[in-house]
Amino acid sequence: MSQPDLIIHDEKDNVGVVVIETTKKGQECSAWIMENDKTIKVHSTNEVPLGHKIALKDLKEGDTILKYGHDIGKVVKSIKKGDHVHVHNVKTKKW
Amino acid sequence: MEIPKSFLGYKRENGRAGTRNHVIILPVDDISNACAEAVSNNIKGTIALPHSYGRLQFGADLELHFRTMIGTGKNPNVAAVIVIGIEPKWTKRIVDEIAKTGKPVEGFHIERTGDIGTIMKASKKAQEFSQWASEKQREECPLSDLWISVKCGESDTTSGLASNPTVGNLMEKLEPFGVHLCFGETSELTGAETVCAARGATPEAKKKFMKTWNAYNDFILKEATNDLSESQPTAGNIAGGLTTIEEKAFGNFQKIGNLKFIDVLEPAEEPKKGKGLYFMDTSSAAAECVTLQAAGGFNIHLFPTGQGNIIGNPIEPVVKLTANPLTAKLMKEHVDCDVSKILSREMNLSQAGDELIKVMLKVANGRLTCAEALGHREFVMTKLYRSA
Repeated sequence: MSQPDLIIHDEKDNVGVVVIETTKKGQECSAWIMENDKTIKVHSTNEVPLGHKIALKDLKEGDTILKYGHDIGKVVKSIKKGDHVHVHNVKTKKW
Repeated sequence: MEIPKSFLGYKRENGRAGTRNHVIILPVDDISNACAEAVSNNIKGTIALPHSYGRLQFGADLELHFRTMIGTGKNPNVAAVIVIGIEPKWTKRIVDEIAKTGKPVEGFHIERTGDIGTIMKASKKAQEFSQWASEKQREECPLSDLWISVKCGESDTTSGLASNPTVGNLMEKLEPFGVHLCFGETSELTGAETVCAARGATPEAKKKFMKTWNAYNDFILKEATNDLSESQPTAGNIAGGLTTIEEKAFGNFQKIGNLKFIDVLEPAEEPKKGKGLYFMDTSSAAAECVTLQAAGGFNIHLFPTGQGNIIGNPIEPVVKLTANPLTAKLMKEHVDCDVSKILSREMNLSQAGDELIKVMLKVANGRLTCAEALGHREFVMTKLYRSA
């Protein structure tokens, strides 16, 4: 049970959360999925700090971000697998 | 871990038990703050609870003001109360309600006497109360005497990953002991509202929750001038990696574990349906929310934080936990319970829940929280609309 670089809440999620101080550009990150205890790999395309999200697949404008297995917002700018996912490319569907 | 069946609390006249033994000087209104603070400066062992409102309020807003004042006085963490207001009538209304608990309470009004005369009279009574309360001893109380409220703040993604689920784990373990539990933050369930409503234990509870959430959401949509960026989520939330209100809501929701809520409370309303989990309609601002929960009668609070919220409350001890390793390191003096090892998988959720139970019981038994040691006494009234 080694220390993960990312944690993913649910198998359905398309983002994972960085749990180390920062990822490095091009770093192969091990991502632990809490729900099923599996570990997958994803390359971080940039430096992404602790607590921020990384895309687990390519996403296009209008796609839904899933975290906790639930809808947490919509993609407003296309995202590549491994990219930093945050307020610059995702917005709320509420308010 | 075997969970202790009891804690050491102060038994009160009405059968409740407190984790603290405060003598409070409660101003009815903003202009009585100076008098209340003078009394607490005069008499050691008392604490004044200054706040900003209490004049010319009306309707539901006035009722909430009274409910908060009265509930604060009735809280079992309070041994005795001095109430000071500008006018006799509203002062008496608060005194009479607090007196129903059987605890010592006395009211003073300033009109026709002035500050100095009132301070003298109230100080004499406060001295009597303070010395009387100082004789009270902690006694063994069943765990079910704990009324535990929860609220998270300056959350980040580590809150939803680890510190909020730790609180959920504690709730799952302590619910069978017959404790009262309370979560709130109506606006911060936005995006998770239907998932949350489904946790209502009865069709009535589900319906009441949706009605409450819809009313709050309508109010936000009416007043909003933009997408609330920097308000919800806050700039601190965003710095910590939270992107949308929905993401924050699902993180927030982890605090109740797998529990169902039995009823929906008005702000500052005391639960009436016995043991179990309650939802209280509150704002998501930390001090407003905890003040309302304390006024609802809750006697110990659990507060998970991500980026490092520093809140305390004058009467309800606020136990803070974090799973963010940077916050645990850089803001150590604010963190009662560090569960950051969950992220590195050196600690599992159940171990974290056990650790939080241990820390919470130490505080229930009398250990000062970080917020208490640092002097945090945020007492913030919720105001529903402008005064008349």
